[in-house]
Amino acid sequence: MLKIKNLEAGYGKLRVLKRISMHVDTGEIVTIIGANGAGKTTLLYTIAGIIKASAGDIQLLGNPINQTKPEKIVAAGCSLVPEGRQVFSTLTVRQNLILGGYVQYKKNKVNTDAELQHIYDIFPVMQQRENQLAGTLSGGEQQMLAMGRALMAKPKLIMLDEPSTGLAPLIVKNIFEIIGKLRNAGNTVLLIEQNAKAALAIADRGYVLETGKFILQGPSEDLLVNRDVQRAYLGREVAV
Amino acid sequence: MYWDKAKECMPRADLEQLQLERLQSTLYRVATHVPFYRKQFKELAIDPDGFRSLEELRKLPFTTKDDLRNNYPYGLFAVPLRDVVRLHASSGTTGMATVVGYTRNDLKNWSDMVARILTATGVDADDVVQIAFGYGLFTGGFGLHYGAERVGASVIPISSGNTKRQIQILQDFKTTTLVCTPSYALLLADTMNAMDININSLQLKYGLFGGEPWSEEMRREIKNKLGIIATDNYGLSEVMGPGVAGECSYCDGLHINEDHFIVEVINPETLAPVAPGELGELVFTTITKEAFPVIRYRTRDLARLMPEPCPCGRTFHRMTRVIGRTDDMLIIKGVNVYPMQIESILFDIEGTEPHYQIIVEREGRLDKVTVLVEVVESIFFDQMKKQRQLVEHIKKRLATELGIGVDVKLVEEKTLERFEGKAKRVIDKRKL
Repeated sequence: MLKIKNLEAGYGKLRVLKRISMHVDTGEIVTIIGANGAGKTTLLYTIAGIIKASAGDIQLLGNPINQTKPEKIVAAGCSLVPEGRQVFSTLTVRQNLILGGYVQYKKNKVNTDAELQHIYDIFPVMQQRENQLAGTLSGGEQQMLAMGRALMAKPKLIMLDEPSTGLAPLIVKNIFEIIGKLRNAGNTVLLIEQNAKAALAIADRGYVLETGKFILQGPSEDLLVNRDVQRAYLGREVAV
Repeated sequence: MYWDKAKECMPRADLEQLQLERLQSTLYRVATHVPFYRKQFKELAIDPDGFRSLEELRKLPFTTKDDLRNNYPYGLFAVPLRDVVRLHASSGTTGMATVVGYTRNDLKNWSDMVARILTATGVDADDVVQIAFGYGLFTGGFGLHYGAERVGASVIPISSGNTKRQIQILQDFKTTTLVCTPSYALLLADTMNAMDININSLQLKYGLFGGEPWSEEMRREIKNKLGIIATDNYGLSEVMGPGVAGECSYCDGLHINEDHFIVEVINPETLAPVAPGELGELVFTTITKEAFPVIRYRTRDLARLMPEPCPCGRTFHRMTRVIGRTDDMLIIKGVNVYPMQIESILFDIEGTEPHYQIIVEREGRLDKVTVLVEVVESIFFDQMKKQRQLVEHIKKRLATELGIGVDVKLVEEKTLERFEGKAKRVIDKRKL
């Protein structure tokens, strides 16, 4: 699905990602965990085409996308759910979702009602709030809307940037359940999280990013018992 | 049969991506956590962040057994000791041992690698596995043990030796799988034959043999005498232990677990890579080990790589059986012995001269070592009793330090051949 080799990226002279390599296979949830400033968001933005890579290769479904514009990357099947939701707060829920489906509409010139219904099936609360302004939704609902909006583009790979930020623990649990369901429905997910424990609990594999380098990687269950991960990211020594 | 088909049969392009990812993290970790590697990188001005391809691994220096010894016991560990849950040591004492450590994840990966090899031979949860490798600091016994448990087989940790008891258990416990050195398998077969035990009355189906070099003829003999599928496996404690590579049911080369190791084959003289498929020394880099990663470890084992695909569907490259060593290490009854060890023990003992010869033979099925030692003339004028005491003393010292029993014969001064230049101390009469 996604293959990254020796990627370098940053802002101006600042080199944030230092020759990193990773991959995501079809049908997997892969998580990238790491502290603030490790380069997690930079990595997602580089994949999404918002930041240009200064070196290295990114391949989506076998096609290089290093030089591709963000909107073309969405059309190629990779959608980003940004941190902090960033829904269009002055538009209704429905309008937000329809905007997410623009790529599909442009391609097929058919309306996106079926897709909309599909989103409502995943997030029933969105249907209830259909005509409400997005800005009036709760944080958890906005997160669902942002995910729904990304799914409207029928992505093959969905990238989530810190979906748990600013949400109550119960809502976080709910969001992670939905991410698990997305995978079970055949989606491929790249999940970036500071909440390492919750992320590793649903992910198949994980990469640990530290100052722009992957210092560890492997199946989630291996990372959960790794003492370095435990000390640095799980906040305690989990007994096993 | 596969243990982990997704990995064992992964497309080469995906495997190379995985190897690169794992290599990059490994280099980063050794550069930050292991002073030995950090110093090396610094001296050679190598940027551990600078690796873009697997080929660039060649820029790094080799790691040798001496490096491991110089960092005895824990100098090359990449994690604090509290994260280490198991320690093993390679054979050899008198300051020549090398210690290796494993984290919980290392043990899990190791078990999985051995499980792959067992599964490739045909072993599954219905099997009863008799492990006649030595348990202890040697990785053979425990390595196979945990792998067999991982597969779900019933494991008999009988350890090595006591042939009569091995045979009793082989019969009573309905053992289906035998794990030991190939020469011990033949010894068991011959002993059973002498005891008039009908091989067909046993449940034995599989044998996984390793720990010493063996030949296709030996395999045929084992197959004929025991009526089993016999596969070869390879490993060394410095890299992981048994499970580094193993044969599939086609019995034509050992699949290297390339998602955990990067293998190179070099010319031991020039240190340059050999042409694909040519004989050379195996060099391994571990790319998943946490506690004891090694970068470009020179194994001193000679083998060929077989890059052509295997009909079993596994994409991991194969290596031929190990056909020799680049150093003077002897493998006796599965135990690694260096002539230097014997020499330093002899030097320690009063009354012996620094002239000796080591004769290795195979008597029947078992290796036999005889050490000829020159002694000072005066001792031969003395009583027989004193001579016998000296022999017993040397024998005892050698047995405790080497871990194997050896015969000792005293000879008069100046009876052993003298050498100019490189001495030939070892006469290996075994024919494989």
